[in-house]
Amino acid sequence: MKEEHKHGKASKFGMVIDLDKCTGCGSCMVACMSENNVPFKKDETNKLDSITWLRIYKLTNGKKFPETDICYIPRPCMQCEGDHGHSPCVSVCPATATDYNHETGIVSQIYTRCFGCRYCMAACPYHARYFNWWDPVWPDGMEKYLSPNVSPRMRGVVEKCSFCFHRYQLAKNKAYAQGRRELKEDEYQTACTQACPAGAITFGDLNNSHHAVYKLVKPDNKHGGRPRNPNAFRLLERLGTNPKVYYLSSREWVRRAGDNYIKDEVKKEHH
Amino acid sequence: MSTLDEKAKEASTEAVDEVETVLPPKEKKQDNGPWGYIILFFIIGFAASLVIGWGIFPKLLYSQKKQPIDFNHVIHVEAVEEGCESCHFFREDGSFSGVPKLVQCVDCHEEVMGEDPNEVKFVEEYVAKGQEVPWLVYSKQPDCVFFSHIAHVKMGKIECDTCHGHIGESTHSRVYEENRFTGYSRDIWGKNIAGLKKNTWDRMKMDDCAECHAENKAVPKTVERLPWPISWMPRPYEKPTSSQVRTQIDKDACFVCHK
Repeated sequence: MKEEHKHGKASKFGMVIDLDKCTGCGSCMVACMSENNVPFKKDETNKLDSITWLRIYKLTNGKKFPETDICYIPRPCMQCEGDHGHSPCVSVCPATATDYNHETGIVSQIYTRCFGCRYCMAACPYHARYFNWWDPVWPDGMEKYLSPNVSPRMRGVVEKCSFCFHRYQLAKNKAYAQGRRELKEDEYQTACTQACPAGAITFGDLNNSHHAVYKLVKPDNKHGGRPRNPNAFRLLERLGTNPKVYYLSSREWVRRAGDNYIKDEVKKEHH
Repeated sequence: MSTLDEKAKEASTEAVDEVETVLPPKEKKQDNGPWGYIILFFIIGFAASLVIGWGIFPKLLYSQKKQPIDFNHVIHVEAVEEGCESCHFFREDGSFSGVPKLVQCVDCHEEVMGEDPNEVKFVEEYVAKGQEVPWLVYSKQPDCVFFSHIAHVKMGKIECDTCHGHIGESTHSRVYEENRFTGYSRDIWGKNIAGLKKNTWDRMKMDDCAECHAENKAVPKTVERLPWPISWMPRPYEKPTSSQVRTQIDKDACFVCHK
């Protein structure tokens, strides 16, 4: 580990979601739930109780027929970096159950450490965190289909998207077997990325200029990772949470919907 | 503790004798009497709680289980060429095979080779029926733990016995002790009920992982850089190397070992 810290350049794994390609089919949600042993309830319409690490929201431009337009927006955990790893949720956790990993840029959630105070849920501006009101119950025999690489959560703890961190761990194992410390781009991909039939989700290292995510958004890593691509935006950019999930859209109203603006406010261009 | 009890009893009987033989003056004797009993009961209670806490409770806490087959590591280590990795090998994807499956055993044990009754039992009950042996894994960690053997053994160059002890030198499978509450092996907490350890392989708790991780990540820094006493630093992420140099730990992220 010591050597890895010295020689290996820190990664910053991020995601780019092209909203013009997203059809809102929900494959990513399904893939995410089965990959990460996310429990489901009999009545999934109860949104206070249901858990969705990745959730698709529907946006409309609110206009009448000829101009009406909709957009689906998948929302995983944004893995906010904040200012030097001070993500909103990490800063408030009294149990250190969640921390910011500077080597991968992923915000962890340690279920056995969490005692369920839910400060992080209050702090998260993206509603990416969910509380287990109940112990997970799977239909008979289904527990045999659970992934052994992700630990199931118990009642009373908070959980959230981990960017399929266990896949990173497994990819690292494979790289070690081949005597490497660096991962190739395709070795670590999240379940949602691979499940998207439209190819709307791209995943990779935002610090690596050879990776597709970097080429798509051209993040300005010196200025809080602000995207240089004019079509790219992040949710609630102005809060300064410095998220690592970027969205692409050629539609102005979609980009504007990503943040809160005063009604007649003219969007300021980034310099 | 038994000597303590005896002494206490002797003392108390003496006190009782005194009360009986020399009765007056009344008030004085009445003062001494209850105190003797209080001390006596305190000592008895104290001794009893020590016996229960250190002796009986740990016995009750762990159930004793026998491995399905008594396994002789010494014989096997002599027979194979590559040491531990001959049977406990890494797969191509970097995952660790752990306890060998029947497939590997069958390579040699298709038929009974020796005269050991354990081997006969193994071949008849498991090999012939094609049934996996339900080995009890001493070092099985909870669900939430991610441990990469390859990162430690191949990249970290750590020997197997650093964590597992000299298990390769065992001729018999020892008793598997299972915590009745948690279902975890006693090897995780360690033999010593007080949680003390002498060797690196005595315990397998998170603190034991953290100890080594902290040591390898420790960056010695001078006193000026750390203007508070070292005892203020959260344990176990600190290890003073000397009084002049204090170490500040660049700690590993939680997700390194959790999943």
